[in-house]
Amino acid sequence: MTVIAPTQVPPGDARPGDARVRQEARPATRRRRGAQAPLQAALAVAAGFTLLPFVWVVSGSLRSLADIRAAPGAWLPGEVTADNFVRLFQAQGFGTFLMNSIVVAALVVAGNVVAASAAGYALAKFDFAGKRLAFGAVMAALMVPYTATFVPQFVVTMNLGLVDTLAGIAAPSLALPISIFIVRQYASAVPDELLEAARIDGAGEFRIFARIFLPLAGPALATVTIMSFLTSWNNFIWPLVVAQSTSTYTLPVGLAATSQAAPNVTDYGLMLAGAIVVMLPVLVLFLLLQRHFVQGIAATGLR
Amino acid sequence: MTATTMSGSPPAVRSASRARGSGGLRRSILAWVFLAPFLAVFVTFTAVPTVAALGFSLTDLRGTDLRHPFAVDVVGLDNYAWLFSDGRFVRDLGNTAVFVAVGVPLTMLTGFALALALNTGIRRLRGVYRTVFFAPVVTNVVAVALIWQYAFNTNGTVNQVAASIGFAGPNWLGDPGLAMPVVILLGVWRNFGTAMVLFLAGLQAVPEDVHEAAALDGAGWWRRLWHITMPLLMPTILLVSVLLTVFYLQVFDEPYLLTDGGPLGSTESVALYTYHQFGFGQFGLSSAASLVILVLVAVVSFAQFRLLRPRT
Repeated sequence: MTVIAPTQVPPGDARPGDARVRQEARPATRRRRGAQAPLQAALAVAAGFTLLPFVWVVSGSLRSLADIRAAPGAWLPGEVTADNFVRLFQAQGFGTFLMNSIVVAALVVAGNVVAASAAGYALAKFDFAGKRLAFGAVMAALMVPYTATFVPQFVVTMNLGLVDTLAGIAAPSLALPISIFIVRQYASAVPDELLEAARIDGAGEFRIFARIFLPLAGPALATVTIMSFLTSWNNFIWPLVVAQSTSTYTLPVGLAATSQAAPNVTDYGLMLAGAIVVMLPVLVLFLLLQRHFVQGIAATGLR
Repeated sequence: MTATTMSGSPPAVRSASRARGSGGLRRSILAWVFLAPFLAVFVTFTAVPTVAALGFSLTDLRGTDLRHPFAVDVVGLDNYAWLFSDGRFVRDLGNTAVFVAVGVPLTMLTGFALALALNTGIRRLRGVYRTVFFAPVVTNVVAVALIWQYAFNTNGTVNQVAASIGFAGPNWLGDPGLAMPVVILLGVWRNFGTAMVLFLAGLQAVPEDVHEAAALDGAGWWRRLWHITMPLLMPTILLVSVLLTVFYLQVFDEPYLLTDGGPLGSTESVALYTYHQFGFGQFGLSSAASLVILVLVAVVSFAQFRLLRPRT
């Protein structure tokens, strides 16, 4: 098949005026070498400040309780210990939280891949009655602030019998508007001729979608997978509302609950070890697959 | 925003695939079948709850009433009247205004400065810097909030630095005057990377030759920034400011995790008020407060559409 893979671009018209993110575009104005040294210094300082929390979390998570009590503000561990991580999984139930986060993320990713590939394809490739309405629904899903709907969402979820279940935590995120925009944008770049040719050969629409479009949509679905995983993994307010017993806590809720259970938190080592467990999977993915993250977030703005 | 921007295919093919008539109805049904999974989630978790929030806000619905829906009374606009006479809600509106008024410009300036620096043609470490500056965006907020507490407590790492240069550092998050800046700092740290990425994209679309011509004519760096870069960047500046305004209008995670709105309510945002009323079982009042956010966000989003409407 000689289809030129459509280049992946963020769905610009999700936010009109959104310029495309081009990775490593042309180096801008050539500057005299002299201007570079202060610039590099300023950037290094800014990077240092940005990284400070990461330095603190790594150092703090390796400190013993006694060490932190003796010198709470020390920047480096007196002695390095992995004890906090051991306690986290043995006594604090982080194994359960971790499993719950993984299950919820798997549900959310699966839901988004199915729902967004179908909806995005339809919005890009079909002319149909009520298309503007459908598009409006996606926009509304993007725009209605989450904080404005969580109370009735909770009531709906209760009536569905999904409060305090992992399915209930995943349900509202199963078809994220950003996923639909990502697929729609990608599908728009797939030539119509290709689909027409299959139609002339007598292929049905579902067959065309499954056999022609989906095999081409790999890059878009990769971005959808990563973005929905990120959304699910970092989601906080909804799991906080829906998960009511420790057996359904996801990692962020479990971490927040653990820290609130000890009001005068002096056990920072334990908390920071928990923080590492929560942030590490996403940070590792980010380092490996940076392009997808940047495109995905630039596509709809802030999380 | 409409169908006209959706396909890049030649007119001949488009008109062929647009053929209506007997195939049109089947085509439409088919399209809606493809949309069905999304619509199911949308109706259940966005459309119905939005309408329900409006309904709830006109009642005295409480958490304990959920099993007895007929015990609920319609109270009209009483919840709204109560909100605006409630000193706590009015204070929280003020706090939210501070989040927007301080958080938005600070986040934008940081992101813009870094985007400018990364766009000046430096090559060394450029990719590394971009990675570093974007990393906070994907970092879990619960985790970072704990790091913030560790760093900003009375004996924390921040005050350790203060002590080493002879200052007795304050209890940052326990002081009504200092908690807000620390909470906003977390918001800025988490969001400037997004602003930077969007600004970088905008800057790369500014034509280089215009700059070079102006430089030849003797225009200095500031002049070119002000008269060439900024005007061309206006759509991006508007976009980023709207995104950030919408974010800070709904700010919840940062104050909830760092201070739970304290001390003395000095960091309680409207979104946090909503959550607290929900916790008290005041579903009607909570819904009314959340609709105030919805209206504010809608106004900003609407303004965005008007200002950013593509000229094509």
